[in-house]
Amino acid sequence: MKNIDNLSKIASQVRRDIIRMVNAAASGHPGGSLSSTDVLTTLFFKVMNHNPSGWKADGVGYDMFFLSAGHLSPVYYSVLARSGYFGKEELASFRKFGSRLQGHPSVEWSVPGVHISTGSLGQGLSVATGAALAKKLNNDKNFVYALIGDGESQEGQIWEAAMFAAHKKVDNLIVITDYNGQQIDGPVGEVMNLGDLRAKWEAFGWECIEADGHNFEQISEAFAKAKSSAGNGKPKMLLMKTVMGKGVDFMSGTHHWHGKAPNADQTVKALAQLEETLGDF
Amino acid sequence: MKEYINTGNKDTRSGFGAGLLEAGKMDPNVVALCADLVGSLKMDAFAAEFPDRFYECGIAEANMIGLSAGLALSGKIPFAGSFASFATGRVYDQIRQAVAYSHTNVKICASHAGITLGEDGATHQIMEDIGLMRMLPGLTVINPCDYNQTKAATIAIAKHNGPVYLRFGRPSVPNFTPENQSFEIGKAIKLADGNDVTIIATGHLVWEAIQAGIELEKAGISADILNIHTIKPLDKNAVLESASRTKAVVIAEEHLIAGGLGEAVSDFLSGNYPVFTEHVAVDDRFGQSGEPSELMKAYNLGSADIIKAVQRVLSKK
Repeated sequence: MKNIDNLSKIASQVRRDIIRMVNAAASGHPGGSLSSTDVLTTLFFKVMNHNPSGWKADGVGYDMFFLSAGHLSPVYYSVLARSGYFGKEELASFRKFGSRLQGHPSVEWSVPGVHISTGSLGQGLSVATGAALAKKLNNDKNFVYALIGDGESQEGQIWEAAMFAAHKKVDNLIVITDYNGQQIDGPVGEVMNLGDLRAKWEAFGWECIEADGHNFEQISEAFAKAKSSAGNGKPKMLLMKTVMGKGVDFMSGTHHWHGKAPNADQTVKALAQLEETLGDF
Repeated sequence: MKEYINTGNKDTRSGFGAGLLEAGKMDPNVVALCADLVGSLKMDAFAAEFPDRFYECGIAEANMIGLSAGLALSGKIPFAGSFASFATGRVYDQIRQAVAYSHTNVKICASHAGITLGEDGATHQIMEDIGLMRMLPGLTVINPCDYNQTKAATIAIAKHNGPVYLRFGRPSVPNFTPENQSFEIGKAIKLADGNDVTIIATGHLVWEAIQAGIELEKAGISADILNIHTIKPLDKNAVLESASRTKAVVIAEEHLIAGGLGEAVSDFLSGNYPVFTEHVAVDDRFGQSGEPSELMKAYNLGSADIIKAVQRVLSKK
């Protein structure tokens, strides 16, 4: 229970980072960053076998994480900084000229923790699958994690990768869908209905695990279950039911904050709802 | 003019297949991927020899490029093969983001480039691929001229750390460069020494340039002939050295004028040593079905067309 309390405290700080980064940059994507915060906090602070201070781009001997939905860079940069990949003060440079923390994660700018450039949607799952194949070739028993969006799953390449990973039995691959039901233009069900997402992934041959993406106990159990079935020949899909904008009342459950920065007043209102637990950057 | 002997027509894609097998034997990190064109790309031998290092991706080129990028991260050297049309235009964004912008050591290997793909017609005859790949920051672009050179280039790019676009073709063409030659990326090869005109050629047009050189010599015109197999980075010194002596340049390639080697050379010369240039390339139109030889003729890509271009450029000199 203590650990779960701790994750929740870290997540609160990560959400503060997201709001403050996006406000300072006057641009960026808070909605999906806030919805995926609890899952990524659990992954980076509890689940992953990683080495933040000694991180290497080749990922050999450690778990690897790929953010396919590159616009969720605020939450990504925050969990990277807060888990020790780089100093938290660098978060202030998000989206600023000359910063390593580009609008979307970039290898060209050598950000510790970032293996591949993403932003154009639908590509990260293929890259993660390739990295998982390499781990098998190298007899490296660590896992490859990736996070995709539900809206992103409208991209055809996601399903190309889904087919391949199942066909080649890439069972060291654990993928999270941040299933918040929103995308820029509106609710996913209205913009382009994905139908029964679980049935789709299962039909493609994946092991599917559903969880409440804001319940740390359920999130942890989902990861544990996925890891425990590593050798079953199936890639794993964790459908994490989340709420876009989670943690800030006026941002919750709407697509309006997908890609919009809060102004000064809105930032004050948002931060009042999020406890500062680890010290702001 | 130095004599070049055709040791027998062979397709450049078979040179790729042979080179890939050898690269695979040399380095256990070499892996290969293909999108349902293993036979067409001549990747069968590698797939048979190294089944654990070969990935059939099915008809899903976008995923293949992403997989390649992921494999490259931990030191694998992926060779991803498809037809040039599907290995570039179809997956431009994947190459841009996961390969070029991510600096992954991926080798994009494209067969059936240009119009000599033949009977399949314009859907498959990409003549924009050099342009597309040349625009991407940091991407090396290579278009070897025959079987032996394609084999050597394939082995060379396995040893080169960085993303590469390797372009080759379908038809059997003269094989005239040395067997087991060394291949230096970015270094032009001088095929003939001359003073009247420079002929720069790449890919299948290199043999045509040699044939043109022989005819021109009979007419009393001495041509300096360069085989530029590496389109990017361009061997600027070789271009400058030749153009500054001949003061007239013809560039020949199986590609559109737009975006091709000719534009790269003309752009470089215009800022460094302005001379008249003429293009032997396709001008703003799509290809069509037909036999490779008749298409080369119909689209003005043969030695006779190079000779005409030489006459045009000399008339302006």
